[in-house]
Amino acid sequence: MEKSGLNLKATELRLGLPGSESPERGSDKNGNAAVILSLKSFVGSGAKRVFCDATDADAKWVFSVSEAAAGRLFSPRGGGSSNNNNNNHGKVHVGSDSGLGGPVLEDGNGACVAAQSPKPVMMVQDKKSHEIAPSKAQVVGWPPIRSYRKNTMSSQSSKNDDDSEAKLGLGCLYVKVSMDGAPYLRKVDLKMYSSYIDLSSALEKMFSCFTIGQCSSHNVPSRDGLSESRLMDLLHGSEYVLTYEDKDGDWMLVGDVPWEMFTDSCRRLRIMKSSDAIGLAPRAMEKCKNRN
Amino acid sequence: MESESKRKKESPNTAELAVTASFPDEVLEIVLSLLTSHRDRSSVSLVCKDWYRAERWSRTQVFIGNCYSVSPEILTRRFPNIRSVTLKGKPRFSDFNLVPPNWGADIHAWLVAFAAKYPFLEELRLKRMAVSDESLEFLASNFPNFKLLSLLSCDGFSTDGLAAIATHCKNLTELDIQENGIEDSSGSWLSCFPESFTSLEVLNFANLTSEVNTDALERLVSRCKSLKVLKVNKSISLEQLQRLLVRAPQLEELGTGSFLQDLTARPYADLESAFNNCKNIHTLSGLWEAVPLYLPALYNSCANLTFLNLSYTALQSGEFAKLVVHCPRLRRLWILDTVEDKGLEAVGSNCPLLEELRVFPADPFDEEIIHGVTEEGFVAVSFGCRRLHYVLYFCRQMTNAAVATIVQNCPNFTHFRLCIMTPGLPDYLTNEPMDEAFGAVVKTCSKLQRLSVSGLLTDLTFEYIGKYAKNLETLSVAFAGRSDRGMQCVLEGCPKLRKLEIRDCPFGNEALLSGLEKYESMRSLWMSACNVTMNACRRLAKQMPRLNVEVMKEDGSDDSQADKVYIYRTVAGPRRDAPPSVLTL
Repeated sequence: MEKSGLNLKATELRLGLPGSESPERGSDKNGNAAVILSLKSFVGSGAKRVFCDATDADAKWVFSVSEAAAGRLFSPRGGGSSNNNNNNHGKVHVGSDSGLGGPVLEDGNGACVAAQSPKPVMMVQDKKSHEIAPSKAQVVGWPPIRSYRKNTMSSQSSKNDDDSEAKLGLGCLYVKVSMDGAPYLRKVDLKMYSSYIDLSSALEKMFSCFTIGQCSSHNVPSRDGLSESRLMDLLHGSEYVLTYEDKDGDWMLVGDVPWEMFTDSCRRLRIMKSSDAIGLAPRAMEKCKNRN
Repeated sequence: MESESKRKKESPNTAELAVTASFPDEVLEIVLSLLTSHRDRSSVSLVCKDWYRAERWSRTQVFIGNCYSVSPEILTRRFPNIRSVTLKGKPRFSDFNLVPPNWGADIHAWLVAFAAKYPFLEELRLKRMAVSDESLEFLASNFPNFKLLSLLSCDGFSTDGLAAIATHCKNLTELDIQENGIEDSSGSWLSCFPESFTSLEVLNFANLTSEVNTDALERLVSRCKSLKVLKVNKSISLEQLQRLLVRAPQLEELGTGSFLQDLTARPYADLESAFNNCKNIHTLSGLWEAVPLYLPALYNSCANLTFLNLSYTALQSGEFAKLVVHCPRLRRLWILDTVEDKGLEAVGSNCPLLEELRVFPADPFDEEIIHGVTEEGFVAVSFGCRRLHYVLYFCRQMTNAAVATIVQNCPNFTHFRLCIMTPGLPDYLTNEPMDEAFGAVVKTCSKLQRLSVSGLLTDLTFEYIGKYAKNLETLSVAFAGRSDRGMQCVLEGCPKLRKLEIRDCPFGNEALLSGLEKYESMRSLWMSACNVTMNACRRLAKQMPRLNVEVMKEDGSDDSQADKVYIYRTVAGPRRDAPPSVLTL
């Protein structure tokens, strides 16, 4: 995949939090600026956590939703502060594995490629809320699991991590799914699904604030073919879009390629706010329509 | 057996009159030798001196729940004919690294006493004891009739010690090594069983990781025709497993090795047929790294399964559901929470005979990934499995209403261990404490013997426990309660309480000292990270000389605080083998 021709440095966007000062532009240990990140720092570096490493943030990131809605984000079954301690006060902190989204460009192969538009502020962890909830690893002997079980399970899962997030076993293909604003990740086995529709309904159940419901009220007619899958429907104004990171580390919109090609190349999924994909939507639709 | 002894007990007067004339001791001893329950035997020994004497001569098995409650000398003096000993050592929280190393519970002094007084010792079952290779060598060399060794959650030994056992114990029938802190240097111990050795009935080395000589294992399995239990370790591949199964079709309990291998069609068919040939398998475990592809080889075997242990196998809900459909006779199930609520629904739908369920967390320390099971899975199981009476459930959210429904469906709980993994988490729907959940448990489940509580809890929970849990014997509490009153309610209310373990609760001296006499009727009390002071412990020790009061100090903590307190009744006096970090008051 040709990247050098894209001259992304020139197209880098710099964004700040609404209502905050522009963050310090110190360097992280890789020498990358904390805020400005070029495509280079993602492609092939394998540095999944570069944002979190880079930021020493104290900045809080607050979703512009009501607390009640924030509550619903946390717990698919509604209500309360659920999985977080009450001290969270409805603030959202993003898991450090949240992916990146950005404008979609077309590369030479006709696939839609998401170039990186730096959104580091979204990755900023709410340190305070992390300190409030005692990290489980810090509480000695809790949860009460025998050392033998701890050692056995950790040696099994470290084997999984070696396959960098997509665990390829015989007959299973686990990828992590993150959703912007939700404090947890899920894992799905892509081999369990045979189409985008299967996958999207499974994800809908997992993240039930995933607003497919909203989009069906838009009455977008679905034609045959992948480009008109329900996932593409989401681009028409619902709150979230589904993106994935492929083998080359590029972020793409889900739904553009044949299902088998998708499962072969998908390493990670991210449900991101469509407002962050504003540059994405019309271009993607146009490009894909043009291809058809 | 029990009714016999009861009838005798009911008419002590007539018995006492008649016994000297027509009821010789020998007859009584023979009758009593049929009693096996150690609690019954304890009751019998309290009836009168003659019965005490008869009981002590006829007792062959002894169970010691706290190795420091009695000494080897006292034991051997009272019971001259012991063949089987069960010993438990460290406090249970040592499993979770809360007890300092070198705390004690060393088996060696016991073995030395047994070598002198019980040279015909046959069985030794140890839990949370410190066992060295020297002790294992001593054991192997000094007891010619030795038959059964079971080590659970012990530490301090290596595979060298096992080699000594294999080499010298000519009459060994059972070697059961489970979840120990063992130094696994090599698998050659297994080759130490002599070729003439054929008596093995139980072999469990799933704990170990190093490779064993598979030829030696095959030969061993072939010549031990009475082998009923075989649990191998991860190093054994599927193909090797198939060869073992073919040599031991009589197996009743099987622990597989790694279930991950590239099997082509022919070896897979062989595996399946090997499983089908083992018609007596009722317990299945192991299945390390199981991949769904090969699970169907088990389907036929699952029809008769009563105990399935998948607690080291990360199965997703779909593949687990497909498996559990084939297990209609399941009574005990241990799984990982990777099966999620959907997997538990499948359990509810397919396992009407289920009595015990344990759900372990696959990623207990990973804060980002939250999957696992919720209250819904537990509720689903309770609707389908009305005989459920033992549960251990790790989850990340729970509601009072769900627990109320669960115990309504399953009122026969004897063991209810619920671990909501974030400390102090309230009902996630109502944001209220989880008091009503545990209130429902103790009110509904009158047979409850063991309870572990979690989540956000006020003193109300403990009021409920004290008021309703009349059969409760073991209670585990963490990050709960508001004041001393909580602990006091329990100490005042639960007549059968034997073990109380508390960590990180706001219970202080008043609570501790409210239980003075109570502690003599209990096996032990553990309190750590509470509000107990050294002075209160000293006072307790002074007033209750038949209790050992031990305090473990943390480095750098306030001198007046008693960080970890372990109190237990004993007839052996204060122990002399405590390390410097443990103070006996």
